[in-house]
Amino acid sequence: MSDSHELSRRDFIKVTTGIVGGLIGAVVGLPSVFYLIDPALREGGKDAWIPIGKFEDMQVGTPYPFSFTRVQVNGWERTASSFGGYAVRRSDSPDDLLVLNSRCTHLACTVNWSEEGRVFLCPCHDAAFSMEGEVLNGPPPRALDIYEEHRVNEEGIVEIFFKEG
Amino acid sequence: MWNNIYAWLDERLGFNDLYTNLLDRPEPKTSWWNTLGSASLFLFILQGLTGIFLTVYYTPSPDHAYDSITYIMEGVAFGWLIRGIHHWGATLMVLVVFIHMLRVFFTASFKYPRELTWLIGIGLFLTTLGMGFTGYLLPWNQKAYWATTVGTQIAGTVPFIGEFILKVLRGGPELSALTLQRFFAAHIWIIPAILAALIGIHLYLIIKHGESHFPEKED
Repeated sequence: MSDSHELSRRDFIKVTTGIVGGLIGAVVGLPSVFYLIDPALREGGKDAWIPIGKFEDMQVGTPYPFSFTRVQVNGWERTASSFGGYAVRRSDSPDDLLVLNSRCTHLACTVNWSEEGRVFLCPCHDAAFSMEGEVLNGPPPRALDIYEEHRVNEEGIVEIFFKEG
Repeated sequence: MWNNIYAWLDERLGFNDLYTNLLDRPEPKTSWWNTLGSASLFLFILQGLTGIFLTVYYTPSPDHAYDSITYIMEGVAFGWLIRGIHHWGATLMVLVVFIHMLRVFFTASFKYPRELTWLIGIGLFLTTLGMGFTGYLLPWNQKAYWATTVGTQIAGTVPFIGEFILKVLRGGPELSALTLQRFFAAHIWIIPAILAALIGIHLYLIIKHGESHFPEKED
């Protein structure tokens, strides 16, 4: 029965159980991993030029607040996400426009312009940013994000290029 | 080195004892009919795993239940597979548990000292049906809605307390968001908890008493 060169009946059962179990585990397990991480593998949505306000309303030295909403289809639902920022004119030159994202670089709270301190303050952890978005105080690891691509269209309205995702 | 690690762990956890008692225990001469309990356990685990995965996307709300399942089927990678396994596994589990029960009945395995194993087995069968009944509503499609309307209406025909039972099941006099929510809670928390506890006792009793010997002509 237990000839050393041949697989014993018991070992055959063990090996077969192991192989079949492994196959079942792989058939259920591997797709499950993709199933769980699927949303992370999706490409972001559409890019668009978003109007944020009239150029003539933006005063030199006073950040101009703007906000906009993007509707994204997430799974079975359309979710509206709000975004905001400040357009900062640093000089009279129309090209000298800085469009800051008001999302704090620390933990994503929304910063507000404080006219008395002339800084952007974050309500969550008391971070302060200069008008140019540089970190002055608090825990943020880097300056405020900038909407790099912006333009003024024929009607004098400033638009920013927005990438989703 | 692995042998040393294994020996260290085994001394403290008792793998070998577990293995001997659970998987290497003596069996009477058996047949394929004796595998139905293990098959039920396997299906329970499979249903548990796929069910947990389904809750990652499923939403138990009348507004989104149907859409979220459509999304699982069409939008998520391998969603069709996970839900397909859960769907067909449910049917198969009811079938396998029922055949398991028939086998135990026909081989008279419910007799002394296994009466409690049998009674708990009845509980397992009923909870399995409960899983089927509550899970059936969750897709919130026409078939689910009307099946639950009829099912709860039948429960409502119990004399004297029928209306009370119907309201408890539906969370009110009519099928509503409350019905869907409580069926969901029953399906993923309450009944599985009972089922798991009963399985634990059932398995303990089987390990304790061993498999029953099939009766022969003289018995």
